[in-house]
Amino acid sequence: MTLLEVKNLKKYYEISQGLFKPKVVVKAVDNVSFSIKKGETFALVGESGCGKSTTGKTLLRLTGTTSGEILYKGKDLLALSAEKMRSLRAEMQMVFQDPYASLNPKMTIKQILMEPLRVHNKFQPEERLEKILKILEIVGLSKEHLDRHPNEFSGGQRQRIGIARAVILNPDFIVADEPVSALDVSVQSQVINLMLELQKEFGLTYLFISHDLSVVEHMTDRVAVMYLGKIVELVDTEELFANPKHPYTQALISAVPASHPKEVKERIVLKGDVPNPANPPSGCTFHTRCPFAMDICKSVVPALTEIESGHITSCHLYTNNKEEK
Amino acid sequence: METSTITTTTNPIDSKVQKKSKFKFFFRKLSKSWTGMLGFGIIIILIVLSLFGQWIAPFDPMDAPLRDRLLPPLTDGHILGTDQLGRDILSRLIAGTKVSMIIGLATALLAGVVGTIIGVTAGYFRGWVDVVLMRIVDVQLSFPFILLVLVVSAVLGAGLTNIIISLAVGGWVIFARVIRSEVLAIREKEFITAAIATGVPKLEILVRHILPNIFTPIIILVSLQMGTYIIAEASVSFLGFGVQPPTPAWGNMLNEGKDYIFGSWWLITFPGLAIVLTTLGVNLFGDWLRDTLDPELKGE
Repeated sequence: MTLLEVKNLKKYYEISQGLFKPKVVVKAVDNVSFSIKKGETFALVGESGCGKSTTGKTLLRLTGTTSGEILYKGKDLLALSAEKMRSLRAEMQMVFQDPYASLNPKMTIKQILMEPLRVHNKFQPEERLEKILKILEIVGLSKEHLDRHPNEFSGGQRQRIGIARAVILNPDFIVADEPVSALDVSVQSQVINLMLELQKEFGLTYLFISHDLSVVEHMTDRVAVMYLGKIVELVDTEELFANPKHPYTQALISAVPASHPKEVKERIVLKGDVPNPANPPSGCTFHTRCPFAMDICKSVVPALTEIESGHITSCHLYTNNKEEK
Repeated sequence: METSTITTTTNPIDSKVQKKSKFKFFFRKLSKSWTGMLGFGIIIILIVLSLFGQWIAPFDPMDAPLRDRLLPPLTDGHILGTDQLGRDILSRLIAGTKVSMIIGLATALLAGVVGTIIGVTAGYFRGWVDVVLMRIVDVQLSFPFILLVLVVSAVLGAGLTNIIISLAVGGWVIFARVIRSEVLAIREKEFITAAIATGVPKLEILVRHILPNIFTPIIILVSLQMGTYIIAEASVSFLGFGVQPPTPAWGNMLNEGKDYIFGSWWLITFPGLAIVLTTLGVNLFGDWLRDTLDPELKGE
């Protein structure tokens, strides 16, 4: 069952360069479509600046959208009034990347966790504290922490508080924007396991935004790989790691460190840098760095096509245009 | 073992302990900076003088025995001498403390409240509201502060309330500007996005998330601006628009004393010193407050 469907989502930023120069349009999210099934963990993967975080934020209407449709349980989120959207937020929550910035430094943990219950008018006021204590216990904190401020906690503990804030309303859908990238490796696994446990317990659906492929392999069901605002490959996680199709994905996966010292990995090193998103290359945006680039890649934008069942990618290598090589 | 002792501690005791330690924390921090101590000391003395001045003052500040006029300091019990009407200067200075403190504090509060409301409105709602309000601020900032205060107090007329109003009319722009930029910085913070994602209504975000986080700059600004207002009041009174004689205020004491500057230096020196010391004290304390509170309230 589809929980969330995104159709042709676009988010363009206009950057003015001065009075007499034309405005530059940066296509942060360019025609992105995907759907997320209920109960799964869907990953958005890509280098920094590829538009994955922007995509996550547009889904929750935390930033404006240029065009497109976001259907949540069949309702178009972009058409909802501000007040309707606000009450719907009880069902869709977010876990932020930086636990040092996403908690109000002036609030106590009790106030932080009370806020969602209060603004959505959940439970009787007397029951709320009980609920808070329960959720604190689930995320591994305790009663003594209630009256403390965020700066008295470690990064991992703060992220647990952030997660507690997101799940306390029993939401259906959570956007997790690089929830562990700011944490120590030793703490990362704890937080990831906590998220997996919560998913089991509450039947959560995650949109998991990350650049860390080993984390993605460990905890997600399906993956969309993004490059310069576009999805270049979308497939089940297992299949992606076993059989990556798009040259960009292949390069990304080859960059994951080997899990065994004797394992020999073939490393595909991409040349050059990510192009300036304000001035993306013509045709396939990846052709400037692609080891298999052909003539056609410079002029024709490859369409997302299903090359095997459930395996979608946008690359001329797999379309009929291949013969032209 | 330890956890059990923590959990058995009842709440009221807990909060009492915390309050006490906050005071302790304040004084421990203060004792590390001699400028902060000096400023704090001067402010305490000023507060005591303005509250209990009428019992501390050796003479009645309004009593004018003309035969005692222009006595130099340390004669007949007049520690700082007497003025052209025979009034005791020390007693008048002490009485003037009250006027200066009331004006400084009341103006800072009035200008602070008005300026904060306008600054928050501009910074939080942005759009045309911001543009309009900030252009008004720009226009007003292009006038010299003291000139504006003079014009307004000339229109309103003399008197304590009017001088407070005219100083606040001149002073709110500083608050509006500074608070607006603070709000602009805070509203881009991720915890504000988090509050939106939680579904907190817009006005509640302002009250619960933004205001508590700009409280520190407001306090600092109030304490620093107080010094400015005390000087401005003295200037305005010196020019004859502010507090009217015979009510003792440092500004009009300067004004009256300037005619005797060659013969009787004490008439103008001591009110001047009082203004300098007060402003210095308030500013030293304000500086210390800024240095202590600004780096993210780390210790608290």
